[in-house]
Amino acid sequence: MSQKPESHDVNDEVALGDVDAERRALLVNATAAFGIAGAACVALPFVSSMNPSRSVKAMATIDVNLTEIPEGEAKTFLWQGKPVFVWHRNAAQIEEARKGDATATLDPAKDADRVQKAEWLVVMGVCTHLGCVPMRGGEFGGWRCPCHGSQFDDSGRVRQGPAGTNLEIPPYRFLDDNTIRVG
Amino acid sequence: MAHTPGSKQVENDIRNTYQWLEDRLPILSFINNSVGSNFMAPRNLNYMWNFGSLAGIALVLQILTGIFLAMHYKPDVAMAFDSIQHIMRDVNWGWLIRNMHMVGASFFFIVVYIHMARGLYYGSYKSPREVLWGIGVIIFLLMMATGFLGYVLPWGQMSYWGATVITNLLSVIPFIGQDIVVWLWGGYSVGDPTLNRFFVLHFVLPFVIVGIVILHIWALHEHGSNNPKGVDLKTKGDYIPFHPYYTIKDVFGLGVYLIPFTFMVFYAPEYLGHTDNNIPADPLVTPAHIVPEWYFLPFYAILRAIPIKELGVLAMFGAIAILLVLPWLDKHPVRSARFRPLYRPLYVLFLMNFVLLGWCGMMPPEGIYVLIAQAATAFYFGFFALLPILSKFEKAKPVPTSI
Ligand code: HEM
Ligand code: FES
Repeated sequence: MSQKPESHDVNDEVALGDVDAERRALLVNATAAFGIAGAACVALPFVSSMNPSRSVKAMATIDVNLTEIPEGEAKTFLWQGKPVFVWHRNAAQIEEARKGDATATLDPAKDADRVQKAEWLVVMGVCTHLGCVPMRGGEFGGWRCPCHGSQFDDSGRVRQGPAGTNLEIPPYRFLDDNTIRVG
Repeated sequence: MAHTPGSKQVENDIRNTYQWLEDRLPILSFINNSVGSNFMAPRNLNYMWNFGSLAGIALVLQILTGIFLAMHYKPDVAMAFDSIQHIMRDVNWGWLIRNMHMVGASFFFIVVYIHMARGLYYGSYKSPREVLWGIGVIIFLLMMATGFLGYVLPWGQMSYWGATVITNLLSVIPFIGQDIVVWLWGGYSVGDPTLNRFFVLHFVLPFVIVGIVILHIWALHEHGSNNPKGVDLKTKGDYIPFHPYYTIKDVFGLGVYLIPFTFMVFYAPEYLGHTDNNIPADPLVTPAHIVPEWYFLPFYAILRAIPIKELGVLAMFGAIAILLVLPWLDKHPVRSARFRPLYRPLYVLFLMNFVLLGWCGMMPPEGIYVLIAQAATAFYFGFFALLPILSKFEKAKPVPTSI
């Protein structure tokens, strides 16, 4: 291999006294700042391209026909690629859910605040731990999650971790007595 | 490295090929200095030192088989599952290439786990090899990401629900976590945009790993290999040239490695996988018992051991991140565990505990299994907590002055 070339720095050639250090620092900093800002602006469209596209956002609502859900049972519907549970609660189940107002301490909420009509509980079928679909069962009347064992009660409130929050309530409204629109 | 032009004698006769190329691109001497007869290695390396080059070969094998799989695979939720069936049934030798890729991924992890355990035992992470070790941890993280992304591609039930659970880990990031998850998905759940980008990332990451492996080897060459005695080499006689001594040993090791590898490829390709992944993905039903790939199980057990979401995720990532600071936790001056009467048994317990954690990760998250996982998690971190104390008080056996 060759010998090392002698160190060679541009500053050697200019007598240091000729340099306006302050002015040079300003120019260097300003150039760097504009460069970084420019790079950030260019990065934005790329980052944003990974967010949901318009076609994904367009599939935003579903209508659910409530007459197909017998009293006491829950059915699952697909909304935005995720399951929604619609549970036609009977009197006993509503009663249990209201009793739970006092004992659901992990994420306290009143059953009355979680439903629009007491017979119809509409919650996301997405475990608030890491997103698995809970199954009917468990010790609290509602659901238990097969993945890491979280449990939810008759109002979809979390009763046993690792999940820390209640099953979410999607935006929905009653179009008439027998139909709801989710989304 | 700028050279002053014209300052050096150049071979212009192309018939003197070696020197002609050397004077234009000294790549041959670079290779010879890196893994050839001009790279000097300690003469007392044992078979534990085979696993680095084995890992390199495993990586190349994944890339080769992966490229050929990618020629037939379709990253579309409507077609992905069927395209795998197509590879297995219709594509000439497709079953062989896929089995090699699947078994290859598992064997790659076995090799890398052994490689890491070697470093842990012989103190290879200690000064002056902290950066070498740290780069290794980063490779390990990238491998886990790659393995996870690849497992999503066949779009079976385990693919889908594994992807859901793992991406949701990021939702614990305060304030922006949920937005990040939606951004990663490109939708409101794991779906078509997710599969498409996961395929691209799964294709690209292995090449990133290759780049980082080059840094890893660069750092290795700065101080050379550690050795079973963990003492610095003194004389010229302590070294032997990498080629032919270690090239031949590595080739022999490769032959031994290929025996179980080919056995698995031909006779038990699904043994380390999960049958539920032969069921197409269904976003409405989570399988009753979901488990990740075996190589994630110890960390998965740590995640589940802690019944609070945020803490569980933190502990899981922390279990890997703590390896990055290991050189500063264990400051005992003696490298090799051979001469450390306390560290050595503790190390053995640590490995056993790690296997125990893996077993917990496989079991359902209830009752006694949770308790065992919690105890094992405590021991996992306890091990690292003990190291600074050992560094102060552990009295080493007499360390030889040379190898
Ligand atoms: C670090 C290296 C790599 C690792 C650890 C890895 C791991 C995996 C894993 C675990 C799977 C799922 C296997 C299954 O269940 O079928 C997979 C699938 C796949 N990988 Fe890789 N891979 C690597 C490199 C590559 C490369 C470089 C490519 C392409 C250039 C590739 C292309 C594919 C394809 C197309 C699939 C889907 C087909 C299938 O599932 O068999 N992989 N990979
Ligand atoms: S995803 Fe439901 S408990 Fe973890």
